[in-house]
Amino acid sequence: MDYFLELFLSGLTRGSIYALIALGYTMVYGIIQLINFAHGEIYMIGAFVALVVSGVLTIYGFSGVSILILAALIAIIYSAAYGYTLEKIAYRPLRGAPRLSPLISAIGMSLFLQNYVLLAQTADFLPFPELVPEFEFMEPIAHIMGSAELIILITSAITMIGLTLLIKYTRIGKAMRATQQDMVMARLTGINVDRVISVTFIIGSVLAAIAGVLVGSYIGQINYFIGFMAGVKAFTAAVLGGIGNIPGAALGGLVLGLAEAMAAGYISSAYEDVFAFGVLVLILILRPSGLLGKAVKQKV
Amino acid sequence: MAMISYLKSCLIAAIWFVFLTFPLMVVKVNTLKNTVEWRWMNMLWVAIGAFILSAVWRWAMERRARGASQKEQESSDSDKKPSLGERLLEDPKLYRPLLGLVVALALLMPWVSEMYQVTIWVFALIYVVLGLGLNITVGLAGLLDLGYVAFFGVGAYTYAILNTRFGLDFWICLPIGGLTGALVGVLLGFPILRLRGDYLAIVTLGFGSIAKIVYENWEGVFNGARGIEKIARPGFFGMEMDISAATTFTYYLMLVMVVFTIFVTNRLKDSRIGRAWMALREDEIACVAMGVDMARTKLGAYALGAFWAGLVGVIFASQTTYINPASFDFMLSAIVLSMVVLGGMGSIVGVVIAALVLNLLPEYLRAFEDYRMLVFGAVMVLMMLFRPQGLVSNVRKTYTHSKKVHAEEANG
Repeated sequence: MDYFLELFLSGLTRGSIYALIALGYTMVYGIIQLINFAHGEIYMIGAFVALVVSGVLTIYGFSGVSILILAALIAIIYSAAYGYTLEKIAYRPLRGAPRLSPLISAIGMSLFLQNYVLLAQTADFLPFPELVPEFEFMEPIAHIMGSAELIILITSAITMIGLTLLIKYTRIGKAMRATQQDMVMARLTGINVDRVISVTFIIGSVLAAIAGVLVGSYIGQINYFIGFMAGVKAFTAAVLGGIGNIPGAALGGLVLGLAEAMAAGYISSAYEDVFAFGVLVLILILRPSGLLGKAVKQKV
Repeated sequence: MAMISYLKSCLIAAIWFVFLTFPLMVVKVNTLKNTVEWRWMNMLWVAIGAFILSAVWRWAMERRARGASQKEQESSDSDKKPSLGERLLEDPKLYRPLLGLVVALALLMPWVSEMYQVTIWVFALIYVVLGLGLNITVGLAGLLDLGYVAFFGVGAYTYAILNTRFGLDFWICLPIGGLTGALVGVLLGFPILRLRGDYLAIVTLGFGSIAKIVYENWEGVFNGARGIEKIARPGFFGMEMDISAATTFTYYLMLVMVVFTIFVTNRLKDSRIGRAWMALREDEIACVAMGVDMARTKLGAYALGAFWAGLVGVIFASQTTYINPASFDFMLSAIVLSMVVLGGMGSIVGVVIAALVLNLLPEYLRAFEDYRMLVFGAVMVLMMLFRPQGLVSNVRKTYTHSKKVHAEEANG
């Protein structure tokens, strides 16, 4: 029973990370129908910036929680800046181009960012400092759930609730929903669509940065290539939940994380990644609209 | 005044990029020894580089916007002058001597250079065939395949296993490798036929990664991460060859392969299925409405693309005599894709040139090698922005009619 609970909680933790990244994919796809291939790289850059900042702060004698907060804040600012710049350089000029063009541009950007970090920093795995302290009250259940896992679950829950509120009740959230429904009409009603798209990229990048910082302190090491796998899996989660659908992305992330943890725990951990891809292929064949998505008829 | 605002915006861009790159380019922290390295020189380079690049960027963007409006005007005039590149491709007087020169150089190459050079060229030619194969799937049929390396791996492993376990000869394995590749292509293509372009990309990416994981973990068949060694080089009627002779032989074999591939793709392009591919690429719904069998056409594109990959996979395995899963990762798919993008989707000449340039440049400019993938990524973005049709754009056959004849017919 303990083993099952451990798997369940690690699946939930993993799933909430996938969900955080998947939200970025789904929001961008909902608005401009583009798979933002470089989104995983934004997550990776967030983790790297957090690593660099926390390393520097440790040397200059800061302590525990203040490092965590500062590192997370700076990582979020930088990821947002990268996301914004990425959209402006690689996607905005291609609006209205054939569908394949922005996709190839996104793949190019992904390669570029990966190798930029590789050249600027290093190809090796870097140890990520333990930013989350061990809580005393977690002692009795420490064999099932660590403090880092608790922090991840709480942070992602808060973030997702915040995002829902933002989209539901704020002005920019309303504009985002309008743009998602009909871009031309939104523009006619005076919404600055370009700004809405920029904001969408920034929000997605902020979520990815949060995921990056959390995952770094959870797994304990990062390198320039972590964004690739995480990106593909998060995309799987987004498709699983129904791409373009925000609660769907969260659900898809959790389902994928749980399924993966169970498969790794009970079947074989070597084929963990195969399993995620298998889920993606099956979903696309059997129910391309995803768990919560509505089937959209293509109009001519 | 305009100049000052221009410089000001470039300056702002430079400051922005200094800010962006600061934590990654300037700071390098060693968390084990607790030391920080501040690389201030990098900051200066970024500032200068970003300033110049943003100036170029602005100029290019303006030019692009002007070009778009100019094109609209031009399309109303039916005749425009062909550029030098187009003339070089279309006028037999110009391209025949050039072609002859290229063929002569290619044939003489192994006799005037060292074995090391020949080996480099063998790999470059392998990439040429891979590029041409992917060009069928991506360029002609418009199916973005990010797992192309899987088929290459299938071919290589087919030969490696058949040769080391069952002692089958290279010449028997060559077609088997190609056909296995095509078969796997059809098997993988079948379930994903209904998917739209961008979903297809991610699923093929998944297949490519699955293939690699399977090679790594299935010890019994693929020998795991250790790979398979002692694969035989191609023989020629039982002739004994040392390494350098075998390399030369493989080089000529690859030359034949390249010519064969060019011939086949060129014929395919103007065939019934080739035209169906291009129609499918341009507009799927309209194409299906015109009565094109979508499933057969798409599977055909998959199978043919995969066939070439399987074929050169066999040659690759025989050339290196050792393969392991690391040779078949996503980077290879990305490199081949960037060749197709750079060369111009659907354009044979373009893909051949791009494949040669992208492979030989890093070999001869060693300093460039570290930056290889960085440049490939940038190339893909820049090509999409400024020249989506590629270096040598694919000239499609068009029927011309002169307005005069038309008018007379109307009168008569």
